[in-house]
Formats: sequence, C-alpha cells, structure tokens
Amino acid sequence: MLEVRGLRKVYRSASGDTEAIRDLTFDATAGEIVCIVGPSGAGKTTLLRCISGLLAPTSGTVTLEGHDVSGPPGGMAVVFQEYARSLFPWLTVAQNVELPLKEKGLKKSDRARLVQDSLEAVGLGDVPDSYPWQLSGGMQQRVAIARAAAYEPHILLMDEPFAAVDAQTRADLEDLVRDLWQRLGITLLFVTHDIDESIYLGQRVLVLSARPTVILEDVAVDLPDERDQLTTRNDPEFGRLRTHIYDLVQRAKQGYRPDEEAAESAV
Amino acid sequence: MTTTQPATAPARASGLAALRRLPVWRRLLTLLALPLILVVIWWVTSDRADSFFYPPLRDILATFGPTWFEGRLTADVVPSLGRLLAGYALAMVIGVGLGTAIGLSSRLRAFLEPVLEFFRAIPPPVMVPILMLFLGIGTGMKIFVIAAGAVWPILLNTVEGVRGVDEVLRDTARTYRLGRLTQLRTLVLRGATPQIVTGARQALSIAIILMVISEMFAAHNGLGFTIVQFQRSFAMPEMWTGIILLGLVGVVLSVLFRIIERPVLFWYHGQRQSHRGGN
Repeated sequence: MLEVRGLRKVYRSASGDTEAIRDLTFDATAGEIVCIVGPSGAGKTTLLRCISGLLAPTSGTVTLEGHDVSGPPGGMAVVFQEYARSLFPWLTVAQNVELPLKEKGLKKSDRARLVQDSLEAVGLGDVPDSYPWQLSGGMQQRVAIARAAAYEPHILLMDEPFAAVDAQTRADLEDLVRDLWQRLGITLLFVTHDIDESIYLGQRVLVLSARPTVILEDVAVDLPDERDQLTTRNDPEFGRLRTHIYDLVQRAKQGYRPDEEAAESAV
Repeated sequence: MTTTQPATAPARASGLAALRRLPVWRRLLTLLALPLILVVIWWVTSDRADSFFYPPLRDILATFGPTWFEGRLTADVVPSLGRLLAGYALAMVIGVGLGTAIGLSSRLRAFLEPVLEFFRAIPPPVMVPILMLFLGIGTGMKIFVIAAGAVWPILLNTVEGVRGVDEVLRDTARTYRLGRLTQLRTLVLRGATPQIVTGARQALSIAIILMVISEMFAAHNGLGFTIVQFQRSFAMPEMWTGIILLGLVGVVLSVLFRIIERPVLFWYHGQRQSHRGGN
C-alpha cells in the first residue's frame, strides 16, 4: 500500500543546512492504522508532507499503491491540524465537502448523496448551509473529516488533527475516526504527539527519534479492534504500551538514537 | 498601502455594526449631524460675506437646478461618469489580472518590480500633457489617464492578496488535486478579495480625481470642463454648484461601492467577528 524507503529531508538555507529527517523506512499495509509519535520537533509534519507529495524529499522514495509519489497523489486525503485554515471560509459546509468531488467529475446526484452521508457520519447533517466560521473548532474539524471521507480516499493522512480541540471533543473525534476507518476500510496514517492517542487509535505505533529523525521502534498495539474510551484505556496492555512508548519518547528527547554512530556524531 | 487593509476594514465594519444597533432616528442623526452643521455654518458665514467669489449658499442652491437639470446632466455629467466607469473598469481588469499573475510568480515579480515602482512614482496628472500629444484630447485619452492612475492600488493590493492566501488552504487545494482554474477561481481570487476590495476602494477616489483633472486640461464637455468654464467666465454660484455636485457624486459612488462590497466580503467580516467573539 504505502512504502517509505530511505526517506531523508534536508532543508537548505543561507544560514546552513538543517537535517530534519535522516533515514526513515517503513510500510503500511492496506486497511491499517499506523500512528506516528515522537518528541516535538521530530519532523513529524515534514514526514507527512513528504508522504502527501506536498514536499519533495532530499533522497529516498515514497511509493503509494505501486506509484512513486512526486506530487499529491489521487486516492489520498489529508486532514491538517489547523482546521480553521483548511476550510474555505467563503464556501458553506456542504460546498467545502463537495468541492473536491466536483473536481473529480462526479455526477451532481452522487455528490449530493456523498455530502449528505459524510456530514451525517460526522454528526453535522443539520448544518450544511452554515459557514465554517460559524461553527466551533471541534465542528470545523468534523467538516474537514467529512470532506476527507466523502472524497473516498484509499489512504487518509492526519497531521495532529486534534491538537487544537478540547479534551472531551478530542475523545469524541478519536472515536469518530476509528469508526470511519472501520466503516470505509481505508489505510490511516495518524501523526500525533499524544502517546495515549496513538495507542488508542493505532494498530502500530512508530516512535520517532529527535531530529534528525530515524525510527526508534515500530511498536505493535495488541489491543482488540473494538475500542472504547473507558475499557481500552484501562486495559493492562494499554498501560504497558504507554509506559514503554513514554520511556522511548523520553529517551528520544535526551538524544537517544538506535545507531551508536549517529549518537556519537550528535553529541 | 497594504498596511491600510487590516487597519481600516475591521474598524469600518465595527463602526457600522455599532451604528446598526441604534434605532433608525438615532442612526440618521448620527449620519447627518455633521453634514447639517457644516451646511449651517456655510449658510451663515456666506450670507453675511460680501465677496464676489464667496456667494451666499442661498444663491448657490437657487442656481443648482437651472445649472444642472436643464441639459447639463446628460451633456456633461453622464459623459464624465461614463469615462470614469470605463477607466475604472479597465483599471480593475488590468490590476486584478496582472496582479494575480505577479502574485503567483515570484520570477515575474522580480522581473517587473523595478519598472512598476518607477511608474507608480509618477503622479498620473503629469502624464496628461504627454498623453494629449499621443492620444489627442478625446475620450480615449481621458479613459487612459483614469485607468493609468487607478490601476496602482488595485494592482499592488492584488499582488499582496494573492501572495497572502493561506498556506494551509493552498496545501488543502493541492492535496485534493484541484485544477488550476478551480484553484484560481475558488482559492486565489476569493482569498485575495479583501485586499482587492481595499485597492478598489482607494482606486475609486483616485479615478474621480483623475476624471476631473483630465477634463480640466482639454475637453469639450464633462464635470471638470464645466467647472473650469464657470470659473473662467466668473459664474461663481454656478462654479460652486459644480463642486457640490462632484462631492455628491463621490458620496453616491461610495455608497454603491459599499452595497456591492457587502455580499462579496460577507465571509470576511463574519470570520473577523467570530474571531473577536472567541468562537
């Protein structure tokens, strides 16, 4: 489905080069949820921008469904953290969801059905004619999720989508995302800085090192597919994973790297 | 130029919003109080002044009707407004078109910037004598002068507006693979509209000034022409009515501008209001 091979990204500027990502290699199989966590400044957003084709890697390749990614590929949707800035303020909620479908060349009746269904799926069936700025932050992010769902992507990338909403809304939105993922059968790549969130949502958690980024560990989440906020979070396995990943992220913050050589050069 | 945009737009919006909360009679009073006071002062001071050049307002108002409503409205005012609209429309098309192209291409921007700065620095009225030599004194020259002066605020604000379109929104449009035309229409031009409107508002007052100036140099009709004719023939009350009429034209045009602006920028004002409300 998704193959990332030897991805490296160096930002070049007059004041010197910054190596954001050193070497990332991983796969995501079709229908999987992979969460990516790491300390702040670990190049998580850079990674997602490279995968989405918004940013060209310095070296290495991203392959999606057998095709090399050189620009934003078809069959992919991205939900950004800044919901207020990713919705078109001059379009209504329904028009925001419909715009990419129009561009895909879908018939009007199909578009209307997809818009209606996806808005209902995120619990916003009653506000299609509102404008995004008339809604609360959590509702705006729901619109962005509805837009992504209506687009019927094969892979959905989410870049810290709930970092700017309050804790209760966040829990609701996490359940919404799990629900959509199960229903649509899509591959989901979810970037977050929240360890609990990554375990709650993910089947796998990729823990990243500090900059320049490599993968510290690919942690399998051995929790049942049916999850809910209370039982899953109280599961002993959940606690074990949290301790383990927390420990990894702490060590990442202190500059721990798996390859000794890199650790020495970083000191 | 661009700094006026964030400063004026919300201030004006909130000023109007504050006004809208008042009952109708208070609203009218607020709007008309100062004009009334000024008219009264003019009336009183001119009534006593015994100056040929400063006739009583009473006389000016008495000559207003005969001066303008017996032929000059169609013979002079309409041609003036026609040239104003033509020049302004031309400035809008060129300003928004070229401004969008420059805003989207940093290479084009670097290439054109020195030349644009040079032409922008030349006050358009000084171009009138030169343009008269090339284009004659006809309607074409006047439209050109109006467009040449009014295009700059539109052009520069459009460039800034296009460059300022939100990065995240751009990324969103790219990831959903919106086509170039769709991006231009629904992303770039809409996103730049607040700045384009600011430029268009500044351009409107420049266009009115240039309409008058271009007619003062060489013309056989028009508002500016008529006012100068009155002045040269020492028809003082008539000259003053021309100036009043010009002011009224300006007021009407700015009201029209506001009526058009409101539906175009409803989302912009709505968004600003919801930000202030901490939504």
